[in-house]
Amino acid sequence: MGTAAGPGNLAGVRHILLVLSGKGGVGKSTISAELALALRHAGKKVGILDVDLCGPSIPRMLRAQGRAVHQCDGGWVPVFVDQEQSISLMSVGFLLENPDEAVVWRGPKKNALIKQFVSDVAWGQLDYLVVDTPPGTSDEHMATVDALRPYSPLGALVVTTPQAVSVGDVRRELTFCRKTGLQVLGVVENMSGFVCPHCAECTNVFSQGGGEELAMLAGVPFLGSVPLDPELCGSLEEGRDFIRDFPKSSAFPALFSIAQKVVSQAPARLS
Amino acid sequence: MEEVPQGCPGTSSAQAGRGASCQGCPNQRLCASGAGAAPDPAIEEIKEKMKTVKHKILVLSGKGGVGKSTFSAHLAHGLAEDENTQVALLDIDICGPSIPKIMGLEGEQVHQSGSGWSPVFVEDNLGVMSVGFLLSSPDDAVIWRGPKKNGMIKQFLRDVDWGEVDYLIVDTPPGTSDEHLSAVQYLSSTHIDGAVIITTPQEVSLQDVRKEINFCHKVKLPIIGVVENMSGFICPKCKKESQIFPPTTGGAEVMCQNLKIPLLGKVPLDPHIGKSCDKGQSFLIDAPDSPATLAYRSIIQSTCVPESCALLGVNIPFRAIYGSLGSLPLSLEWGQ
Repeated sequence: MGTAAGPGNLAGVRHILLVLSGKGGVGKSTISAELALALRHAGKKVGILDVDLCGPSIPRMLRAQGRAVHQCDGGWVPVFVDQEQSISLMSVGFLLENPDEAVVWRGPKKNALIKQFVSDVAWGQLDYLVVDTPPGTSDEHMATVDALRPYSPLGALVVTTPQAVSVGDVRRELTFCRKTGLQVLGVVENMSGFVCPHCAECTNVFSQGGGEELAMLAGVPFLGSVPLDPELCGSLEEGRDFIRDFPKSSAFPALFSIAQKVVSQAPARLS
Repeated sequence: MEEVPQGCPGTSSAQAGRGASCQGCPNQRLCASGAGAAPDPAIEEIKEKMKTVKHKILVLSGKGGVGKSTFSAHLAHGLAEDENTQVALLDIDICGPSIPKIMGLEGEQVHQSGSGWSPVFVEDNLGVMSVGFLLSSPDDAVIWRGPKKNGMIKQFLRDVDWGEVDYLIVDTPPGTSDEHLSAVQYLSSTHIDGAVIITTPQEVSLQDVRKEINFCHKVKLPIIGVVENMSGFICPKCKKESQIFPPTTGGAEVMCQNLKIPLLGKVPLDPHIGKSCDKGQSFLIDAPDSPATLAYRSIIQSTCVPESCALLGVNIPFRAIYGSLGSLPLSLEWGQ
């Protein structure tokens, strides 16, 4: 197991962002993938590290399922999801023989793999590394934060859906950030409303306003609301070219503005 | 147990105490002696404790946010509507406990009695236990690694004064890791009726749910069936249905056919459900005529079919039916 002494494989990575949420199914993976694409549209070179070991969903979203990870002198070579090789991805999904296989692992084994992901993936030169996490505040999160600490990550985006139950879990995630010394870049509210395709009535399926209220309460920036977009779900589902479809989606403006806010925070921290 | 060394092979592994990573671990000698592989004495104690609990149902899903807690809560509410049925709801989502909020019990505390922790009661016949009751503020995060979470689950099963219970419903976090393994292991010498698996219609969710089904096979946990949640959205204005989460690969129905497991039902997405949960009320009572309520009721009935056998005077204990089929979890076809 590699030690985190030298800058190693993350030496060429300028900024590291974590995407967190206490709650499952709020769209962490979707937001991670979309944020990566939005950053790419802003001309950045982006990597995605998926540390959700029991439920990796990014490979499917980016049509990279079934691809293999190769070994080179520098370590594991991440999978490139586009032809221009501007987005690279690492996920436990690439290490499973069968996509339905369950990773039935307890904490210590998960921690070991995450350490390996941090130390052994040859990312090369990246502007942003987006780290997608599973729900909760447990092994994966502590392992990730511990392993990344020497590289001083830029901070975390905390994703929530508008309803109170979700907001409750996210408050706990904010406490986690505070306790582990991880800066919160801001709160993103996902699935903020659904526009009925029949009558164009916008319904707040999961009530509304929770994200903004939470951000205010916690004294962290609110980065924006991303609407529920069935087109996008469909695109993800059918494995259409999400990368190409994305700029046309109704979620794109929201994501692009979030990406810009993230980018604008980056140099400020460096100076 | 605070700090497990990197790459710990696990106390029950053949490599325990012998692996390279075991060098220098204070427990190395203990593990190498094989004492760590001996079954936890708590398993016996839990067996004793669970003698007064008739049925145990686990609510699982590989994916987060698909409605496990909502379903668990409404299964509990639904069963407890019969005042002769004693229901217990245990929330083992240690890092994200949402059951206290959904059951309207936020801010409640657990009390200690001579016979253990007493659950928090919603009704006389509906007791709830969650790590949420042990936290001092809603902002408190439980930042625990696996071993500590396992200890908590052990305590919930062994040290809570559950009393005479007809149904113990266990709500779990997403995934296939510590909490799930622990719950199944600690209950291994008792009889678990089985797992209800929750999914949403889209492939991204089904993909994780297949992993969960695989997990059930690996740990030999019978599957009672699958519930498809958020299947279709009925616009409150024009009453037309649309698919927010499109079942592009056929949804749970096709998956259940392929894997030969029963589909217990589909619950449509009703914005009212989330509101009831936020307020901590039973949606079944709040909106008795909603299609979602009807779906829930029919699912609750098929989850607990043998109970209705008993009501009809057909005296077949649940345990007898399930026990004999326990080793063939795939052949159970309730309600089909």
